Amino acid sequence: MATIATDLAHNAPAPARPCPKMANVMAYILLSIGAIGMLVPFFWMIATSMKTASEILKPQFFPANPTLENYQTVLTRTLFPTWYVNSLLAAAASTISVAFFDSLAGYVFAKFNFPLKRVFFLLILASLMVPTEMLVIPWFIMATGAKLQDTLLGIVFPGLITATGVFMMRQSFYGVPDELLDAARIDGMNEFGIFTRIAWPLVKPAVAAISIFNFLGNWNAFLWPLIVTSKRVTMTLPVGLSFFSGEAGSDWHLIMTGATLSTVPLLIVFLFMQKQIIQGVALTGMKS
Amino acid sequence: MSLNTRRVIWAYAFLLIPLAFFLFIRFAPTLFSFDVSLRAFNPLAEVKPYVGLENFAKVFKDIGDPTHPTRKAFENTFKYVLIGTPIQLVLALGIALLLNSITRFRTIFRVIYFIPFVTSAVAVAWVWRALYMPDFGFLNLVLGLFGLPSQRFLLDINQSLPSVTAVVVWQGLGFAIIIFLAGLQAIPETFYEAARVDGASRWDIFRHITVPLLNPTIVYLAVLQTIAFLRMFTEVINLTRQGDGGPLNSTTTVVLRVYREGFGSQNMGYAAALTVVLFFVIMLITLVQMKFLQRRFEY
Amino acid sequence: MKFRKIGLMALASLFVASACGGAPAAPTAAPAAKATDAPKPAATAAPAAGDVVTIEYWQYNFQARIDAMNELIKQFEAQNPGIKVVHNSEIPYDNFLDKIAASAPAGVGPDVATMFNGWVPSWVNAGYLVPLPEKDFPPADIEKNFTSMVQGTKFQGKYWALPTAVRSLALFWNKDMFKAAGLDPEKPPATLDEFVDYAKKLTKTEGGKITQEGFAVEMNGQAHQWFREILTRQFGQIPFSADNKTLNYGSATACNAWKWLTKFETDYKTGSNDLFDGATTAFTNGKLALHIDGSFRLGALAKAKDLNFGVATLPTKDGINANFGSFWTHGITKKGAADPKRLEAAVKFLKFITSPAAGTLWVKTTGELPAQLTAAADPTLQSDPKLGAFAKAMGYSYATFFVDETKQRKNLIDAFDAVRLQNAEPCAALADAVKKDQALYDEFWAKNK
Repeated sequence: MATIATDLAHNAPAPARPCPKMANVMAYILLSIGAIGMLVPFFWMIATSMKTASEILKPQFFPANPTLENYQTVLTRTLFPTWYVNSLLAAAASTISVAFFDSLAGYVFAKFNFPLKRVFFLLILASLMVPTEMLVIPWFIMATGAKLQDTLLGIVFPGLITATGVFMMRQSFYGVPDELLDAARIDGMNEFGIFTRIAWPLVKPAVAAISIFNFLGNWNAFLWPLIVTSKRVTMTLPVGLSFFSGEAGSDWHLIMTGATLSTVPLLIVFLFMQKQIIQGVALTGMKS
Repeated sequence: MSLNTRRVIWAYAFLLIPLAFFLFIRFAPTLFSFDVSLRAFNPLAEVKPYVGLENFAKVFKDIGDPTHPTRKAFENTFKYVLIGTPIQLVLALGIALLLNSITRFRTIFRVIYFIPFVTSAVAVAWVWRALYMPDFGFLNLVLGLFGLPSQRFLLDINQSLPSVTAVVVWQGLGFAIIIFLAGLQAIPETFYEAARVDGASRWDIFRHITVPLLNPTIVYLAVLQTIAFLRMFTEVINLTRQGDGGPLNSTTTVVLRVYREGFGSQNMGYAAALTVVLFFVIMLITLVQMKFLQRRFEY
Repeated sequence: MKFRKIGLMALASLFVASACGGAPAAPTAAPAAKATDAPKPAATAAPAAGDVVTIEYWQYNFQARIDAMNELIKQFEAQNPGIKVVHNSEIPYDNFLDKIAASAPAGVGPDVATMFNGWVPSWVNAGYLVPLPEKDFPPADIEKNFTSMVQGTKFQGKYWALPTAVRSLALFWNKDMFKAAGLDPEKPPATLDEFVDYAKKLTKTEGGKITQEGFAVEMNGQAHQWFREILTRQFGQIPFSADNKTLNYGSATACNAWKWLTKFETDYKTGSNDLFDGATTAFTNGKLALHIDGSFRLGALAKAKDLNFGVATLPTKDGINANFGSFWTHGITKKGAADPKRLEAAVKFLKFITSPAAGTLWVKTTGELPAQLTAAADPTLQSDPKLGAFAKAMGYSYATFFVDETKQRKNLIDAFDAVRLQNAEPCAALADAVKKDQALYDEFWAKNK
């Protein structure tokens, strides 16, 4: 797994095999057509967000007089800023929890021997068999009973620890030599210190990978936040956008403004960190 | 206390919170969901009486009714899987092979193909809804440029499901490409060299080296995409008018039915029964698919 | 330091575990929620302090209604210094039902809640509402003073809720398009036959494409109500049996009304809800000439400055007038009735917000019509160029006894789609939809003998 990550990271050149020139040109043409298909929706989104209301029902590609007025409208008259904060908090809180607890559990399963270890590990893995869709009804009833509706904890609690992450971290900790840990033990360091100061730093790439994967997942999560939030002020960005768009009816210029506002910041982050993000997703995605 | 006992205690202490989490947030709710499926569960009511298998009987009765939304939901969900998964895999593999064959601009292409994957599905759905608009949507403007008749896409009873599938495929493509690329780059170069020495054609190499060695990746992605299609919800609720999975239930999915019945009509017992059925369907399909695909590519 | 960190995390996650195990958890609020949500539900828990009774009132989030209710609460509190009303209006319409549902088992939530009239049976059915005390709200007075629509919410022989205001439907027409088509811009179609005739005349096509719609059936808007309660009656079919147990809008007579409606799209091709992003949008943007909608649309249309439109009463047939009424109605919850002091306060509040004066205030802010007949009969309201058409219909409006409004709407949408998209036989499609509706009613009445 580690080798895959390095390959991706260093963008290893394709295996040098004799390629007929024509085929190569074809490859570039095909890839470019595909790339246009990937990007056009975003251009349309941004172009529409700069149109005026009266231009929406006209057959035209670009706004006649591009305006940023829609952005002002959406940012001042809706709760987009609040939804940003909510999404950021929810994604950050669950990511921190996942980064810590998934590592801790993975570490224990990789490096400790204790009764019932197999049972516990299987219990955690078995949870992967159950789709979250099956759990939203019980979670909702539980969250209601515990008055967690419309709270940050209510939004994040189902994702505070992930089985995938535990599994991945266990694999990573296998790569940490026992001798290092034993040496620390001889030095009198306690087990928690060994975990945080010796073992954890050695698996940082894996921690970063699951963190990125989780942050993305929570930032874009929809079904559960939709169910557990009821008030506008507690909604996350996707839920807010969905409601906003549903209510904006046919104000497509405003809907596209909302869509732009909810995607572009993350896209900028992605462009700056694309290497780490793609690598992180690939690494987590390859967990099997 | 022996060193070993101390370490066991540490292990339990470390695991206390994670285990409690999986027990209370994952395991207990799973059982609870079976429990709910056996009740007439109206969250407004104080009493939620057990009704035996009545909810399941109703689910299966509805599946038997050819126009019932629940029946359509299961039909559509299978259609999404059967149309979406192969297209997704073939496209992603094709693009991954192309990307693997070029030397320049590879990073840029990879980033571009990956962009939709990091975008929220809600935003993507609304953007595509605008693209699909009859008359003034981007796609119909483009068709108009080529003198082609405009299409109704999401509003047409036959085009709606493929239109929704296209959005999901578009968004998930980047992920599948990245996984395929990783799989391709893990194939040792020596295999290719040996084949070339033997004078194998590019097709032979693809057929007899790339595909077999990529088999675990293909199976993995097929299972993953299938499950993703079986759980489809966000795209449909945001792409269809009033989130109703229309027109005429032609795009509705099982999870959308769960949401509407459980959280719209206060029919949580029925909704829970639907999730239980979905759970078994997912399990069954996953097992069958893993067996089937693995056998097919055995060498 | 490291230990403090882990300690905090451990605490946090134990907290999660215990909270979800069912043990009571300390309230945690999302930071974002704090800023705007000054009154917390907890406020209702302790009416003991001083003589002030606090009751909680909930309605869904709609700005005009919030403004109107805030004003009413201000007046009410000034008159009743011993009562404080907490107003929760944060919940969007789509979420309202399930959030109320969520609050019920937790024993929090409203003492007085506003619900759609069609929800009353299911809320009663769930044991969520208490009947209005007959000594405070004598049924005879209700039937004498309120619009007849209110009787549609009588259930199990009792009244459970009363509205401040009600809505009805009217015909909206685009005067400029009438002029362009050579029709008198001040004379909208008065009968259903004229309506068809006008719709055809007002439709423009270019190369087979509709560029201006005469009339488009918006089934997911108000058309299903128009059909179910109004057109059926005009074609000679009373849609519901007197006990609301048998549905008759699938009959052969009702199907004449249905066929009349479906022909706009299948035969006359005067427009479609698929064009111009829906009929309401089309009308707002000057692409559609005739539109059936409620008074609540006036607010949005006022923003379309270039739109020169009029509002008239719905077209009649054979002199039969009918209209569809719907309203948001206020009831007292089981929680509100649990404590005699709170119940007394809730009754006072309910009386206040359903008074004629409240209705008059309401119509100014929201465009909805007063539910009390004396206020609705106000001559200035009757002669209002826009609201008058709605007010005139008050005497012959029917509120539907819905068992599941969402599903019943969907069944008719599906029937209509089957006709226009799949060329289904109209009467068969309608009968199928009504069969599904009837099953809902049978199920409902089986539970509510």
